[in-house]
Amino acid sequence: MRGNNEEHHARFFASFSLAISAVMGIAFASNMFTLFVFYEILTLSTYPLVAHKGTPEAIRGARTYLGILLGTSIGFQLLAVIWTYSITGTLDFTKGGILEGHIAGPAVAVLLALYAFGIGKAALMPFHRWLPAAMVAPTPVSALLHAVAVVKAGVFTMLKVGIYIFGIDFLAETGASEWLMWLAAYSIIAASVIAMTKDNLKARLAYSTISQLSYITLGMALATSMGALGGGMHIAMHAMGKITLFMAAGSIYVATHKTNISQMNGLGKIMPITYGAFFIGALSIIGLPPLGGSWSKWLLILGAADTGQWVMIGVLMVSSLLNVAYLLSIIGRGFFLPLPEGVPTKVTESPLLVWLPPAITAFGTLLLFFYAGVLQEFLMPIVSGY
Amino acid sequence: MSAESTHVAMTLSDHLPILQILVPLVSAPLIVLIGSRRLTWSLAFIASVLSFGIAILLLMQVIDGSIISYQIGGWAPPLGIEYRVDATNAFVLLLVTGISTLVLPYARESVKSEIPAKHHTLFYAAFMLCLTGLLGVTITGDAFNVFVFLEISSLSTYVLIAQGSYRDKRALTAAYDYLIMGTIGATFFVIGLGMLYMATGTLNMADLADRIADQGSNRTVRAAFAFIVVGMGLKIAIYPLHLWLPRAYTFAPSAVTVFLAATATKVAIYVLLRFTFSVFQPSFMFEVNTLEFIILPFAILAMFAASFIAIFQNDFKRMLAYSSIAQIGYMLLGISLLTETGLTAAIAHLFNHGITKATLFMGVGILALRSGGSFYNRIQGMGKSMPWTSAAIVIGGLSLIGVPGTAGFISKWVLVEATIEKGWWPLSVLIVLSSLLAVIYVWRVIEVLYLKTPLAGTDYREAPFSMLIPMWIMALACIYFGLATDVTLTASRAAAQGLLAGSAGMM
Repeated sequence: MRGNNEEHHARFFASFSLAISAVMGIAFASNMFTLFVFYEILTLSTYPLVAHKGTPEAIRGARTYLGILLGTSIGFQLLAVIWTYSITGTLDFTKGGILEGHIAGPAVAVLLALYAFGIGKAALMPFHRWLPAAMVAPTPVSALLHAVAVVKAGVFTMLKVGIYIFGIDFLAETGASEWLMWLAAYSIIAASVIAMTKDNLKARLAYSTISQLSYITLGMALATSMGALGGGMHIAMHAMGKITLFMAAGSIYVATHKTNISQMNGLGKIMPITYGAFFIGALSIIGLPPLGGSWSKWLLILGAADTGQWVMIGVLMVSSLLNVAYLLSIIGRGFFLPLPEGVPTKVTESPLLVWLPPAITAFGTLLLFFYAGVLQEFLMPIVSGY
Repeated sequence: MSAESTHVAMTLSDHLPILQILVPLVSAPLIVLIGSRRLTWSLAFIASVLSFGIAILLLMQVIDGSIISYQIGGWAPPLGIEYRVDATNAFVLLLVTGISTLVLPYARESVKSEIPAKHHTLFYAAFMLCLTGLLGVTITGDAFNVFVFLEISSLSTYVLIAQGSYRDKRALTAAYDYLIMGTIGATFFVIGLGMLYMATGTLNMADLADRIADQGSNRTVRAAFAFIVVGMGLKIAIYPLHLWLPRAYTFAPSAVTVFLAATATKVAIYVLLRFTFSVFQPSFMFEVNTLEFIILPFAILAMFAASFIAIFQNDFKRMLAYSSIAQIGYMLLGISLLTETGLTAAIAHLFNHGITKATLFMGVGILALRSGGSFYNRIQGMGKSMPWTSAAIVIGGLSLIGVPGTAGFISKWVLVEATIEKGWWPLSVLIVLSSLLAVIYVWRVIEVLYLKTPLAGTDYREAPFSMLIPMWIMALACIYFGLATDVTLTASRAAAQGLLAGSAGMM
């Protein structure tokens, strides 16, 4: 923030804190209504952050952001919540779901669609446009809110709905989530392909996020406890990996004011720490051991194998390959291509407080690999305890 | 000694229904007679506070579902005039007096800047008469009395709107428009009453209900219903009868707009409720048909057409006026569902929308006070120089959209629930779709206030406290009633049950 001489600090930090507390509210909500309330507060409190710069571009981006998030949540999610309430009389999160016995037939799939599309923060295609639009925000906002808080609030809500409102067994019995699984698979592949075409680094990361979020939706839609577990794990794994990438992108911007990948030739040589962190984060997103991302992908593949969805295993594999293509090419450019003419070759890292955080989170992805068991035990009772 | 004083207190509390009317009514000539500018405002304010107190006491007496019947001059109904207070109209009385009590402090500064000092006494006298009329319409149990008070409030409203002419001459034509439309409406209403009198020979509402209970096929009764609905429709500004409203709201003095937007249409809706449920009955086939095939489609049309028009306005005040027409659509939709939940939603929205619109109109009045207008290109960037006013506008705007945690959300939730309960799916979808239109028109304002660069040389001072405080009370009420839903929902459910029970009991 200060490094770029931005204005309106008070408004920025007030909205930021409000957004964080809204995320806490979502995390601690014990029923769907509370969750919905905080979900909306999160949307509204992040709007000033996205519109922060006040340029026409920022205003347009913020409009898309608000329009899609508020539009889907009021247009679909609110209806779904009221519908759920009117047929079951409760909105409490209950193990095994609350809908069983109250609804049957195609209506289940319709209700699931209202939820799935209503949770716009999960960026399921075709309601993903807000994520790249929100990239006009300052980098800390992109890193925290759009790699972690907002999108994770979305997929967290998605998992909550799948596990506690519908119930995994209910979803498996009715097969209502099968279409969602295919849609998630489509999102995974399509967003990765789009990411490859993006030259703007933040836009590429944004599409990568869309793709990765659909992993989690896929985990829920598989309707097995292994899949849901993988989805839950992936929330943490992806958060750690993606925040590393975003903060590294911010660090590059602060040091060189470059936003496009095609301008970043050879920067790895002068910013070794930033690029090193980016490399580790990228490997975790791709899902290579010994980094955290490998576990969640492993569990998701197991979940797909459980239900005999061989196509989904293929989708996850292809997606990994695409990740390699669009993430590692940045590293390749950074380390192996020569710097442009006239740029001094001595190390010019960004300020300490800018390069240190991505280095820490990169180390975090490594830790997550070794301590994944803790996380798994923590999540286990939620998905299989009934 | 103490026994005597309790006796006096009891008599007083017995006379609360008539005092509710007398206090503001008597204050009007007093204001004119005293004529001192300093005192007029204080007198009006004291009268309004007293009325508010009375309304609270009345609501406390009837919230459990009981009914107070007060006979004017001791003449027993149906011959004498009866004032009848139940949960429904006590709720409306509370809204009207509450808003007037908050508007008056606000009016003091805003009237000073908009109306020449020599007219202030007459302004406050007209204001109190308008209040009297609205309260009278609400409290009376006599159909003809409704007409009388309706005219009192309407005539004084025309005067109040015309006061805007010191700022913008177009207020005169706006007032004239409303005069013509309002008079047509009142005429239709009184023709309807005449027909009812012809068919039954009585004008007391309860008595009327008894006598027409088995006359569902009587053409005179049917025609009466049609006349009354159209007449009230003009006052409510049901969609195709709304033409007077945007101009009247736009050009009236700020304080008058706040008061009218939050109360006048709401009282008219109350009258419609009273006639559809207490005088006529939803068991009449013609009534059900009217509601389902005429009111319901027009309500939906209002929700969309008026919202669309609101999106393309460039004047904040006019935008709010169109949004009011759209919001009236929600209330009518709730009524036309003819279920308890639907009615609850309509009554709750009547209240919630009242406080929401009051916040917003107060906000726009303050912006206009400082910048001299409410056009978007006049008020742009004022979020910076007037942070408190703008923040209250944001809260009001969110409540208008129906964001969770605000009052507007509660009534919308109940409304959607009501449509689902009735099994009318497409309606639920339409309701949320039209809320999305509200997002667009509210967000235009927010962008104008916060993201546009302020005009050069417009470093305005923040508004005076006498205006900020009423507005913030309203804004906080929007949030309070969005979180503590018991109060509004209990009262509106009691009101809805009362209305439905009333009509069921007479069947």
